[in-house]
Amino acid sequence: MYRYDEFDHTLVAERVEQFRDQVARRLSGELSEDEFKPLRLMNGLYLQLHAYMLRVAIPYGTLSSAQLRALGHVARRYDRGYGHFTTRQNIQYNWPKLDEVPDLLADLAEVEMHAIQTSGNCIRNVTADHYAGAAADEIEDPRVYAEIIRQWSTLHPEFSFLPRKFKIAVTGAPNDRAAVRVHDIGLQMRRNEAGEPGFEVIVGGGQGRTPLVGPTIREFLPKRHLLSYLEAIMRVYNLLGRRDNIYKARIKILVKQVGAEEFARLVEEEWRHIKDGALQLPAEELARIEAYFAPPAFEDLPARDSGFEARRFEDPDFARFVRTNLYAHKRPGYAIVNVSLKPEGGVPGDATAEQMEHLADLAARYSFDEIRVSHEQNLVLPHVKLGEVYALWQALRAQGLAAPNIGLVSDIIACPGLDYCNLANARSIPVAQRISTRFGDLKRQHEIGELKVKISGCINACGHHHVGQIGILGVDKKGEEFYQITLGGSADQNTALGDIVGPAFSYDDVVDAVETIVDTYVGLRRPGEQFNETYRRVGLAPFKEKLYAAH
Amino acid sequence: MPLIKNDTLIEDSWVAANDDEPLPLAEAIIVSLERWQASRGELLARNGRLGLRLKSDQSPVLVAEDLEHFDLIALEFPKFKDGRAYSYARLLRERYGYKGELRAVGEVLRDQLIFMHRCGFDAFEVANDEALDAWRQAAREISVWYQPATDRRPWAAHLRHGGAAERRARSA
Amino acid sequence: MMLKVLTANRLRDGEVVYLTATGTWSEWLDESGLAETPEREAELLAAAELALAARLVVDPYLMPVAEVAGRLRPLSQREIIRAKGPSVRADLGKQAIRR
Repeated sequence: MYRYDEFDHTLVAERVEQFRDQVARRLSGELSEDEFKPLRLMNGLYLQLHAYMLRVAIPYGTLSSAQLRALGHVARRYDRGYGHFTTRQNIQYNWPKLDEVPDLLADLAEVEMHAIQTSGNCIRNVTADHYAGAAADEIEDPRVYAEIIRQWSTLHPEFSFLPRKFKIAVTGAPNDRAAVRVHDIGLQMRRNEAGEPGFEVIVGGGQGRTPLVGPTIREFLPKRHLLSYLEAIMRVYNLLGRRDNIYKARIKILVKQVGAEEFARLVEEEWRHIKDGALQLPAEELARIEAYFAPPAFEDLPARDSGFEARRFEDPDFARFVRTNLYAHKRPGYAIVNVSLKPEGGVPGDATAEQMEHLADLAARYSFDEIRVSHEQNLVLPHVKLGEVYALWQALRAQGLAAPNIGLVSDIIACPGLDYCNLANARSIPVAQRISTRFGDLKRQHEIGELKVKISGCINACGHHHVGQIGILGVDKKGEEFYQITLGGSADQNTALGDIVGPAFSYDDVVDAVETIVDTYVGLRRPGEQFNETYRRVGLAPFKEKLYAAH
Repeated sequence: MPLIKNDTLIEDSWVAANDDEPLPLAEAIIVSLERWQASRGELLARNGRLGLRLKSDQSPVLVAEDLEHFDLIALEFPKFKDGRAYSYARLLRERYGYKGELRAVGEVLRDQLIFMHRCGFDAFEVANDEALDAWRQAAREISVWYQPATDRRPWAAHLRHGGAAERRARSA
Repeated sequence: MMLKVLTANRLRDGEVVYLTATGTWSEWLDESGLAETPEREAELLAAAELALAARLVVDPYLMPVAEVAGRLRPLSQREIIRAKGPSVRADLGKQAIRR
């Protein structure tokens, strides 16, 4: 993975001191809150319901053991002993003190981490496929480009005061695990007819108030033109994005308003002027970054491991874990191991300092020092020998990190919601906990199979509810918490937004409603049919009937 | 208002012309886009320097053919959050080759000066005289840049390879 | 007439605070000064402006409450959570502190 050189170290160190000075000027009164707010946001610091909240960047969801250990240290030293992993592969701390944040950031800088541009009207953390560099279906590791984009977008002088926030996602595999079609810019690696890799460029996707699946504005962009093309898109957006209404200021509104074809024309026209200019990355720089993402020193192993197979046969708990939490690795004899942060009845995406520290040790021992954060609020150990999965599993179990539920109904994505967030209308975490407990029986979960439930506490959709197979949106109805349910959403390459099933359910009734939906699906499905397939076949009617039958 | 240019505080010798009044009898005047469009002939016939002030929804593309007539262009930041003028500045410098004074006016805060400077602004209308020390400090806060901009400061991608090679050659 | 209190977040650490009748800031809702008239509301807001300028607090606003069995209770779920702590972590926030 990428390692800082003197330039990277200097930048984060200078940024820490710049922010330290800004905090001092705020506390002395030289800066008003209005003047300070955009500065603290551009360093990831929000003011939330109970306290400040700091969002630390985890670039394209990749962490070293040392970094994960440091995140645990930050939780202990500056916070209340835990952190929350988000749907943009970042981590959030809910209780930092303003006057301690500069020291917190200085500690992070020591391990090559920062909170730069994790908020504000600027380009945010670039996310990528959490199986990058490990999955068999990959064309190339997208993180090389995520890193290139990260650097180019950091403290970009022209694009730090955009109409609104800007989110970019990159995927290197045709199987889209980065939800590229619901981002402001999505980059899907493709090969052209000559077999050369490049990017399909998708602009104007997003969730929130106006969910939209992003259209493709360019079918194929050669890699060498990546930065200049992105700069053209950003310039068009900076100039034409709406500034009069924050609810209509995202690029998706602009693309929808002028149409994808016209938007593409505007970008191409701007790009014409700059495509052969200063933004071409020197070949040596590309090679330098690529080298950091070279595969680790894999051993030559047979595809099957007899020890692994034996354990799987003998131990039904282990077999169940393998069924849901392992994913095929491109190297024979290795596996991608998913670490669930959704224990039964737990807070989705939260990890204690102790868990982080233990997991850091496990990554050092079993996964070439590397951990990933998925946008589904779980962690990943990307390169584990099959022969070591059993020992790893036992160690994970001791830490409460071995829930065998990846992709199942209890693997719920939930935003922090009204328990933490200033923007929320309703709580999301307790709804997730209650659903998780309702479906606590693992046998039942495995029988149900894949079922993606996503919960947002407000229309901003940080819980990605629009792309949940079952999506739940918390709303405020006359001061009471109600939940609107959608069905049929999907975040993969067949991106789709869910359909509202009917009137919202109360806090007391929503979990029963979810169970009714799940049971209806199970009752109607054909063998092997996944939730969305069944839903597309039978439509809303059977679900509505069961949900809204006269009581 | 105080003006920072060339790392120093200077007197602003320019006079703003109001849209519906006769042009001021000053050597250097600044007009709005509307005034430029309405009184072009009169303005070109004048002796003295001419400046143009653009609002944040007025792109310099509207005057791209006329830049030779302006010794100064002032770009407005009505609120510091309105970042359109960063792009306007780059277009003026890099696309249209504008060489005159490019002035940031409006809500120009010390923490944005470093970005403005990189985008080609060379004069800044600031809130008060004490701003000079703050500006000098702000200008020094970040020394590493990850992308090319108007100022042609070498970006990290170049410094890492070309820069290193140069240093090696010099110390040999 | 609606009962209101003035609440804000403390600048230094973000803690939720309430303006008391004596013009200090308390972490506890029950210690809030009450406003029952528009004039008193204006007074609370003016005091908040001073605290804002003095860099004690940020984002002050008036918030409706009810008096229930001698204690103050917010009317909205949001303010209830804000006064107590996250509903999903009884060990965190004000609710975890014994007084």
